[in-house]
Amino acid sequence: MSQTQTLRAWLLTDTPTSRRHAKLSAIYQGWLSFRSNTMAMIGLGILVLLVLVAAAAPILAPHDPFAQDLGNRLAPLWSDSHVFGTDSLGRDILSRLIYGARITLYIVGLVALIAPILGLLVGTVSGYVGGWVDVVLMRITDIFLAFPRLVLALAFVAALGAGIENAVLAISLTAWPPYARIARAETLTIRSSDYISAIQLQGAGALRIITKHIWPLCISSLIVRVTLDMAGIILAAAGLGFLGLGAQPPSPEWGAMISEGRRFILDHWWVATVPGLAIFTVSLAFNLLGDGLRDVLDPKAGE
Amino acid sequence: MEKLLDVENLWVKFPSRQGVFDAVRGVSFSLGRERLGIVGESGSGKSMTGRAILRLIRSPGIVEADHIKLDGVNLLAKTEKEMRAVRGQRISMVMQDPKFSLNPVTTIGDQIIEAYRLHNKASKADAYAKSIEMLEAVSIRDPERVMRAYPHEMSGGMGQRIMIAMMLIPNPEILIADEPTSALDVSVQRQVLDIMDKLVKERGMGLIFISHDLNLVADFCDRVLIMYAGRIVEVCEADKLHEAKHPYTRGLLNSLPRLDAPRDRLEVLQRDPAWSTAPSVSGQI
Amino acid sequence: MNMLEINGLNVWFGTARDRVDAVKGATFDVAKGQSFGLVGESGSGKSTILRAITGLAPTWSGSIKVAGETVEHKRHKSFFKTVQMVFQDPYASLHPRHSVDQVLGETLHLHGFKDIDNRVVKLLDDVGLGQKFRFRYPHQLSGGQRQRVAIARALAPEPTLLLLDEPTSALDVSVQAEILNLLADLRAEHGLTYLMVSHDLSVVGHMCDRLAVMKDGEIVEIMDVAALQGMQAKHPYSRQLLEASV
Repeated sequence: MSQTQTLRAWLLTDTPTSRRHAKLSAIYQGWLSFRSNTMAMIGLGILVLLVLVAAAAPILAPHDPFAQDLGNRLAPLWSDSHVFGTDSLGRDILSRLIYGARITLYIVGLVALIAPILGLLVGTVSGYVGGWVDVVLMRITDIFLAFPRLVLALAFVAALGAGIENAVLAISLTAWPPYARIARAETLTIRSSDYISAIQLQGAGALRIITKHIWPLCISSLIVRVTLDMAGIILAAAGLGFLGLGAQPPSPEWGAMISEGRRFILDHWWVATVPGLAIFTVSLAFNLLGDGLRDVLDPKAGE
Repeated sequence: MEKLLDVENLWVKFPSRQGVFDAVRGVSFSLGRERLGIVGESGSGKSMTGRAILRLIRSPGIVEADHIKLDGVNLLAKTEKEMRAVRGQRISMVMQDPKFSLNPVTTIGDQIIEAYRLHNKASKADAYAKSIEMLEAVSIRDPERVMRAYPHEMSGGMGQRIMIAMMLIPNPEILIADEPTSALDVSVQRQVLDIMDKLVKERGMGLIFISHDLNLVADFCDRVLIMYAGRIVEVCEADKLHEAKHPYTRGLLNSLPRLDAPRDRLEVLQRDPAWSTAPSVSGQI
Repeated sequence: MNMLEINGLNVWFGTARDRVDAVKGATFDVAKGQSFGLVGESGSGKSTILRAITGLAPTWSGSIKVAGETVEHKRHKSFFKTVQMVFQDPYASLHPRHSVDQVLGETLHLHGFKDIDNRVVKLLDDVGLGQKFRFRYPHQLSGGQRQRVAIARALAPEPTLLLLDEPTSALDVSVQAEILNLLADLRAEHGLTYLMVSHDLSVVGHMCDRLAVMKDGEIVEIMDVAALQGMQAKHPYSRQLLEASV
């Protein structure tokens, strides 16, 4: 007990003794304020569970997600050894959901890497440099913003060919403009602050100021935005899958599963509903997490 | 002197992860028809005291007191709805920066007229005439033009005068001014204070003047409470402030650079932990 | 020798119809080791002069000479080794996500120092903070402590001319006394030249040897501090300021 007490005191100190100590202490205080938000903790819990399930898919899945059993197709919920029943080819839906979690995470991870980073780059450069660079970059952003998201993604996929990687790429390319806008707006306020003037007076160049001074302040609000947008991204990926332009059969992507199940939606509702509920749960989890993160990371919303 | 306001054992508490932080710790004072100054450094609890009287402390802050009596009626016993009738009507507050207190998208005239009609039954034309009168009372030379202007077109001094005019419309008994002139230039400061002084005297109001500026308070007020770490450490007559006894007050006075008495080094205030544990001095009449 | 010579300095913002002339034909000089004050009310252009010297206000004309060398519009890195600035609001002049160690370390790195660790320690001692503040973030510091960090940052490149933009106006009077004492000590110790902007005549009277009074972008009077203390201002505006602040 005393061990944990001193660790806590060490982490909550106002007088850190080393670089590492200061960093850990800052992270711990953020975690404490995050932890007090119950809904956000629920969201985080669901997502941790999703990661664990995806990682342990071969152990958890009761069946091979690709094994067909035409004799036992469209089995109802709770039938023997098929908790969520089977689909039109007799494949176990639970196993496909579990393996599908990997694809969902893959999509989410890739989009979360590409879109915000692209947006951050464009937005901060545009905001800090200003002048004609700003005009050119922002008009390009406007052009991307003007397209309906799914339609642009469809066009990309049509040009690049169907498949999960291309779907991710298409979604990322349509998702970055809002991040660029946010990053630019933040950069404009940060740029005129005294601490940026102060580092300019040390002879720091634009590259250093953008990467070391502006990025750390923009990133937190971007993380919040990305988390809140994740639900939309999952839905877009599912939409592409549903239209047959994302993951290709027999891949157990959740959107593609709904698409397959829609043919039997009246007689065998669970085939489409179960993956639908999975998408719903994960999207909700991301939204809850995003709300909680905003309270921790976004100092403006806190005050 | 009759008591307009009587505060007994006022606490303002902010619960946090590290425990409860007491911003104001057991302060007692009363206010007659006088100009009462509250001075202290940032974090001394002077602004919190002013806000606590109007119960304007934001959650999670808690206001506790034996009583805060306005004309013998305890404000702490009132409901939030009844408090709204007190705020503005009977006790008004002027904040530090007028820019944040005025609505930026409405003309000053509309805001004053609205404030006036909120408190008085009057036709638009009457309210307009009354508003012009109010602006003239705070020495605004060209009231018609100011009525048509937007807040951002006003200088700081003008803005603060307009705020004072608005606060005085309902004829409150008490005016709480929280650093009303610290955002203003010295020459404008004087004018705004003179206007406030004149109005308070004419109407026989009580004024609580919160400031960090000892010289200003010594000049302007009748009685001064000196606050340190949430407590009152000394109460004195304003004109005798320069003869104050408490080492904290003395330290503050001596740390000011003075044109008439140049020194090589300024005296640095040595804080004694005993000051923050000593019981609060009562500022009651 | 003059550390700073300013001749016919004009600074403006905006163009054509929106043009605002913030400083008009300012001329003064500051001898090496001297402390010079710029006094005026808000909007008088006193801070703008500092921003023009450092290049933070890019649109200016006239001549600025630092240590005898004419300052070009594009400043070389070595310029910032000679001239540094302390900002008014210590709550706005430190990066909210950088610890004291990062702030000072980066500054030293940018000026090409090698023994960064030792120098950070020395700087913190110089400004009276000590080691326990080294790894703190700005939100863990009081206003006075923040201003000390900002002063340490300005001292890091070992400048000879320090521009002080109302360094104590955001601070409590007792903290102001500490910071003013610190600045006086540092000037004596490092042989610094100060150009200090303030709206507070008594602060300038305490800190400076000479001062210029500004009004609406123009310098109306330059005088010695002795004249200020003796209430011998000549220009009616300076007299008015002086009367208001006693």
